[in-house]
This record gives sequence, C-alpha cells and structure tokens, in this order.
Amino acid sequence: MRLLKSLALKELLVGMGLTGRYFFKRKFTVQYPEERAPISPRFRGLHAQRRYPNGEERCIACKLCEVVCPAMAITIESEQRADGSRRTTRYDIDLAKCIFCGFCEEACPVDAIVETRIYEYHAESRGELLMTKERLLAVGDKHEAQIAADREIEARYR
Amino acid sequence: MSNLINIEIDGITMAVVPGSRLIDVADEQGVTIPRFCYHSKLSLAASCRMCLVEIERAPKPMPACSTTVTEGMKVYTRSPKVIASQRSVMEFLLINHPLDCPVCDQGGECELQEIAVGYGRDGSAYGEVKRQVVNPDLGALIATDMNRCIHCTRCVRFGDEIAGMMELGAPGRGEHMHISTFIQGSVESELSGNVIDLCPVGALTSKPYRYRARPWELQSATTISLHDSLGTRIVVDSRRGEMMRVVATEMNDPESECWISDRDRFSSLALSSEDRLVQPMIKVDGQWQSVDWDRALTFAAEGLQKVINNYGSDALAALAGLTQVNEEYYLLQKLLRSLGSNNLDHRLYQVDCNDDATAPLYNGFGQSPRDLERSDLFLVIGADLRREIPLLAQRLRSAARHGATVMSLNCGGTPERRVTHPAAALEINLSPQALVDELLAIAAALHPSTTAKTLTKQLAAVTVNERQQQIATALKNANHATLLLGAGAQSHSQLSLIRQLCHVIAAATGAVVSFATIGGNAAGAALAGVLPHRKAGGERLERSGLDWQQMLAAPLKGVVLLGLEPELDSVDAASLMRLLKASEFNLLLTPFASPAMYDYGDVLLPIATWFESAGSTMNGYGEWHQISPALPLYGAARPAWKILRVLGNLLNLSGFSQMSIEDCRRELQAASAVTPAAVRSGCDGEMSAAYDAPSAVLPAAGELQRIAALPLYQSDMLVRRSAVLQQGAIAAEAQQVAIAPSDAEALNLVVGRAVELSQGSVTAQLPWQLSRNLAAGTIYLPTGVAALAQFDHGNIAVRGV
Repeated sequence: MRLLKSLALKELLVGMGLTGRYFFKRKFTVQYPEERAPISPRFRGLHAQRRYPNGEERCIACKLCEVVCPAMAITIESEQRADGSRRTTRYDIDLAKCIFCGFCEEACPVDAIVETRIYEYHAESRGELLMTKERLLAVGDKHEAQIAADREIEARYR
Repeated sequence: MSNLINIEIDGITMAVVPGSRLIDVADEQGVTIPRFCYHSKLSLAASCRMCLVEIERAPKPMPACSTTVTEGMKVYTRSPKVIASQRSVMEFLLINHPLDCPVCDQGGECELQEIAVGYGRDGSAYGEVKRQVVNPDLGALIATDMNRCIHCTRCVRFGDEIAGMMELGAPGRGEHMHISTFIQGSVESELSGNVIDLCPVGALTSKPYRYRARPWELQSATTISLHDSLGTRIVVDSRRGEMMRVVATEMNDPESECWISDRDRFSSLALSSEDRLVQPMIKVDGQWQSVDWDRALTFAAEGLQKVINNYGSDALAALAGLTQVNEEYYLLQKLLRSLGSNNLDHRLYQVDCNDDATAPLYNGFGQSPRDLERSDLFLVIGADLRREIPLLAQRLRSAARHGATVMSLNCGGTPERRVTHPAAALEINLSPQALVDELLAIAAALHPSTTAKTLTKQLAAVTVNERQQQIATALKNANHATLLLGAGAQSHSQLSLIRQLCHVIAAATGAVVSFATIGGNAAGAALAGVLPHRKAGGERLERSGLDWQQMLAAPLKGVVLLGLEPELDSVDAASLMRLLKASEFNLLLTPFASPAMYDYGDVLLPIATWFESAGSTMNGYGEWHQISPALPLYGAARPAWKILRVLGNLLNLSGFSQMSIEDCRRELQAASAVTPAAVRSGCDGEMSAAYDAPSAVLPAAGELQRIAALPLYQSDMLVRRSAVLQQGAIAAEAQQVAIAPSDAEALNLVVGRAVELSQGSVTAQLPWQLSRNLAAGTIYLPTGVAALAQFDHGNIAVRGV
C-alpha cells in the first residue's frame, strides 16, 4: 500500500495542488514603488515640526518629548526669545536612535512634534540622520495639509 | 520624658511636645499633609487652607499649620471629609491659575503641580474667564508671572521677617489682591533671590535661568559659597556640564537656614564671562601668545628662576586672593618658602599689620555663626553687615526680632544701610578716629586692668560721656554680649589698637569678640600659611617675611598672584599696581583675565574657580568644609594645586610629589596642630605685649578721610563679572562716592553735579550722593570699582565742580 502511494507520487501532487491553487488566486503583493499600501492616519514615520497658520512655530520648548523619549534621541536647548516667548534654540532628533514609538507626539501639549506618513527617507552618512529644527520644520511645512488632516481624524480619540 | 503628650494621627499614637504645631508633628512622624502657605521659617498665614485635617470633636476641618497639639487629640488626615475639603480647596486654587505648565519654569518642581496630582480632582466646575494680573518688574533677578500666583504670601512674609525690608506686599482684597511692590521699582534686598525658592508656584522665578532648562535635566552638586566667610552651602545645578543655576540647600541646613544671598545665587553666571581665561598665555618680547601648558609652565618656572638668580629670593613675593581652597594656599606658600622667600600675604584689606606678633592667626568669628542668635546684645563696630555678609546681617536681624539689643558704631557706610530692621537701639556714625576714641572711652568706663603701658596711659586720659557709660553698662549687664567687628574695623588704620581695646572690653564684660571675616576663605589662607610671619598650620616663624604693606615699599622683582585681581582686590590697589609695574616678572594664576592683567602680567595661567575645584575651605569660625567640583573644568583651565605642583617640580624643589588634592590636604592637616579654638584664642583677654599703635593721619582742611568700604557686588572677581548683579541698585551705589550732609554743605557741593577728588597727582571727577550714614569729615570711596581704584587709602581733597 505504501509502495503504491509512493509510486503514484501522492505527496507531490498534493503539494503541487496547493501551488496551483495559489497560482490562480487574486494576488495581494503590492508592486512597490508603482503601488503603495494603504497607511493609517496613526502611522509613525518621519518626524516633523508644525507651525501655526500665522507662521509661528508651535514648539514651546517644554521638553516633555525629550524626557519621555525612551531612546534619548531628542536633544533640546531653549531660551527666552526677544519677544519674551519660550523657544528652542536647538531641537535635534537622532533618527539613528529613534525607535518610532510615537511617545514624543503623545507627550506634546501643542501638537508641535508629529510623526508623519513619510517612511521613504535615506541617508548616506550618520550625520544626515540627525534631524535638526530647520529640517523638521521644513518637513512640517511641506506636509502640513496631510498632517493636519490626520490630526483631525484622530482628534476624537485623543 | 514626662512632659510629652499623647496624640493620635490616622490611628497611630505618638508622644509629642506640647505646644508644637500639628503640621510639624505630622512631618516628623512622616505623615504628609499638603500645604502651600506654611513654611517653617516664616510666620503663620493659614491662608491657603490646603492643610485642613479632621480633628475628633471639632465641628469643622482645621488647618494643621495653625493648630497646636493637645492631649488626647485624634487627627485624621485622609478621612472622606478631609479628602473632600482638599479637593475643593485645590479646585478653588486652580480657578485662576493659568495651567501653563509647559512654558512655566517651575514645571517639574512645582508644589502646585504635585499637590494637584496628589490631592486634586481632574475637572473644575469653573468655566468662566480667568483673572489677569499685571506682572510687576522686579529687576534683573526675579521674573514674574503673577497670573500663576495663589496668594500664599510667603514672599511677603519673607521680605518682612527675613530680609528686613518689606518690598513686596499684597494690596487689594479678594479677586483684586495681587503681589507687587508698593512703590514701582525693583526689589533691592540683598536676599531677594530667596523668594524664587520660596514661591510654591511659578509666579516668581529666576530671570537669568528663565526658559533655559527643566528641573529633571539638572545635575545637582553641593558646594560651599566662597563669597563670604560663613561657608554657606549652595546647590549648583548644571546640565551637560553647563552651569544653569544656584539654589539654596534644603530646609534643615543649620549653616544657611535654607536662605542664600543673591551674591551666592547669581555670581556663578560670571563663570562663562568673556573675561574667562581659557588658554595659558605668555608675554614674549611684549607680545602675548596663547601657548600650551608645557610651554607656559616652563616659561613661568624659568621666569621665577631668573628673578632668584638675578636678585635673590627676597625679591620674590606672592599674594593670594580670598576665594581659593586651602590646598592651593598651602602649595603656594610651600612653593615660595621652598624658593627661600617668606614674602607672602593675603590680607589685602588690612592696612594695619603691626600686631602680627601677638594677633590671632586670622580675624575670625568668636562663636559659631549658628550660635550668634544666642547673644542678647550686639555691639556692631565698623560693620556695614548687609553689604558685607548679608546672611550674617540676617542672623542679627533674627536675634533682634527675638529680643536682642543691637548697638551700632558705624564707621562709614552706604546711603542704604539699616543693619537691622527695625532700627538698632543705638546707631551712631563715627569717623575712623572717633571710632577708636569711642572704644577707648567704653573701655575706660569699664575700669579694666591692663598691663599694657601705653594703653593704660591712653585709658587714663579719656573722659567718658553718658552714652559711652551706657554702652559699657549694657555690655556688662548682658548675658551673652558680642562685639562684632566689620570691614570698617578690619580695614582701619589702627586695627591693632581696636583689637586690643575689644579684647580689653571683652575681658571686663565677658563679651565675645567676633570678626566678620573679610573674604570667603581668608581663614584657610591664614591657616595654610599665606602669611609672612606664620608657616602652614599657624606656627610662627623666627624670621618673618614682608607683609603686603612692606612689599609696597620693597624692591620686588617677581610676584606670584593666585586668584587675585590686584587692580581692584585691595584697599590700596593704586600702590599695589605701582609695585606690580615695577616688578620684572609677574606670574598670574587666575580664572579671569582683565585688560589690566595684560599690562602688568608676564604669564597668565587659567585656573579653576571653586565651582570647578575639589578641596577644602575653612569658614570664619575655623570649621573645615570639603568641596568637590560642581562643574567640569572650563577650557584649558586646571586646578591651581596642579599648576603649583608642576611649578615646584620644574624648579627642582623637593616635596612636590602630591598625586591628589587629598595628599595636599593631609600634608596641611599634619602641619595644623593648632586647633581652631587655639587659633582664635590667640588674642583673648589682655594683649601679651604692648606696643604703640600708629596714629591716624587726620585730614587737612578741604580734605576728607577715605572710608574704603568693600561693596557687596564688587567683592571678588566672580561677583564683579556677574552681569545681572551689576544691574541692580546695590551695584549702582558703589559706582559713586558718598559724602555726609554737613560736609557737602561746608564744601558747597551741589546735588546732581560731580565732585572733583584729588589725592597727590591723581584727580578724578565723579558723581556723588548724600549719605546720612557717614560721619562728618569722611568720604565713602569704595574699593573694587575701577573708576576709584586709582586712589590709595589716604585722605582725599574734595572740591565741587
């Protein structure tokens, strides 16, 4: 009986049958980069710093993101700006340290530091992975519409 | 102990001292009761209502701060009734609080935040508009955000009770109550910075520290403040090695009672001043070069060797500032003495060094500053305490509040003085000569027995008036009298006679002679042997070197300066500058380089300040404190002891093989067989040898006698460079001379116009002010101010312009 089974190549046929089933099923592979997978509004990608509509940066240098960051990726220095407001003079996120946990975003009382939907970024040296305040603000300026829309959707859960 | 009573807090029975406050008892037993307005060093306000507790058989909750314990009292601190009232009080306090914690500097160390989390609710029934309060401008030190104020009035009570000047008040009632100055203007108390520590919320915060850091980022290190001889402990907070702020230590520190002066708090801002020396520098052929340490030290050693080879070691001298640590003083004197010179001194504010043979090692406190409050009578002699040692003035005020009598024989002072608040029982202004006469008369009134012949003759010739008799009687009747001598006495040209008289008076009345020692670590410098007549440990030398007054006249060719800015740090800076300019080789070990140093210096070696060094210090009472670095070394600066040790090695001297500062300390301690008590008692009782004190040079017609006070914010290199301290009124009062009203009238001086001062070939036109705290015939011309440093301590001709 066993001999008969092995001569009939039953295992092989069962295996090939599975292959054949999948061969004709609907494909779910995304053809990146031509195609993109859908992204949640809660996606935690590259960081950005936001501004108010009047152009004023949101960040007030409260340093809650710095202290909550489990990877200690954030470094902030602050001072009193000439107009008396509390502002950062330095706001660095080291992407090489960052674990994209999103705690900074959650800690921020003014929605200044956010994580965007951007996941395609690269660097050729470690230094380029240091997001300075200017670079963060530039990301924020570029994607403000998307960022604001995502916060809008999420607002009811926060 | 039978006098204890039993009470019960939250079901735990405890025996407590009758009459104590419930909140204190609870604190001792580890039961936490939240509070805002209560502070154990201030009077009670019982206004915040946060400390409400339930007491059995009391109809309503009672504030724990104003309730005293009674036998059988049963207290509940976490009962439903208490929790409900704590929540309600918290909700009330937060009605007008802006909740701007993310931008508030107090955030993270805020009592309101902590207690709100611990005892409050998460919502509020109040949804209306919050109160808006105008922020008063309190000067360069204190930032205000009065919307955050919860009206605990700690700052108001502090001003009234501790600082002695009620500058902040709470005008208005109910919603209109607000904290501000009564008259628009900055807060000018020398202790004002303490309200920053006191404020339980972020209404009063530090202006220089504003928005720079968060409390959780800071690394704290405790060190000793060397701006005065009290040895106050301070906490230096830094972030990533950068100085952020200085705060007082915790409440139960007996040294400082949790207060520190503004000088201690804000001087450290100067640590990164532009003048800071970051690289060793040498002058080659008149040109300054920045060099590495090897080159600089070799150059310095060669320079010293050359002076010795050419002129002998007697042409070498060393002068030290008053803010170094004992070990550095020790190595400095070891270096000089190994090179064969005893020309060492640190007493640049003491004109009269004539009684070195009999005087004690240094002018120190006769009792621990902590015991000062036990005195019931103070005779303050030539002291402007609030401008010399602010915290000592605070101790005196505290003693006066508890019933001690204060009599003050002033010898010159700033227009704003007020030693105590309220005013002293007796306060008279005396010229330097009159001060000596007054003390002579007080001594004569006591009929002392003295074997000093000159003094006996002088005492016999004195007629005693009624006031002097009264002072003498008061001294005799007091239980614990203290003669407190300030800078006016220590810089007096007849210090030796004053000291002699004070000890005669003390012997006749049982009073304690206490010097408010000038300088932070003058005691340490004296003990370590930076004196011409004593070696390390205080032992007298058979052949003493030149004291600094004698140096001014000697042909010195090489001078080593340790932590000293000689153009300002002396009562006779003008003569000192002449000495340095005549000298061939000046080696400066200094944390800061002033423009003048580039003129007379030959080598500038950057040293660490006491914020950055380890070592030990000795306060005016002879107590040792060990300090460790609160901050990392600045630039290429090195601790002075290492520099001095390497210099010793380069000069092939033996005994410079110390591996650590502890080695230096052990050497010094081994040499210091003299106990602090013995150091102080050197001159107690009668003077062992009589000698003729120099008579004062009295001013001629048109001349005024100089009172060379040391202004509070000009007292050392660090303070002078602290920009925020230099902005206030206290710094401003030192920038002009002061003249008594009677002299101003006699000399036809016009208020608002300048006066012309001349002394020998030096002439200067300066602004002046009237001072009612000056005796006729004297002029207040402070030291430590660049514009005035050209005058020596002699008399000055004054003319209206």
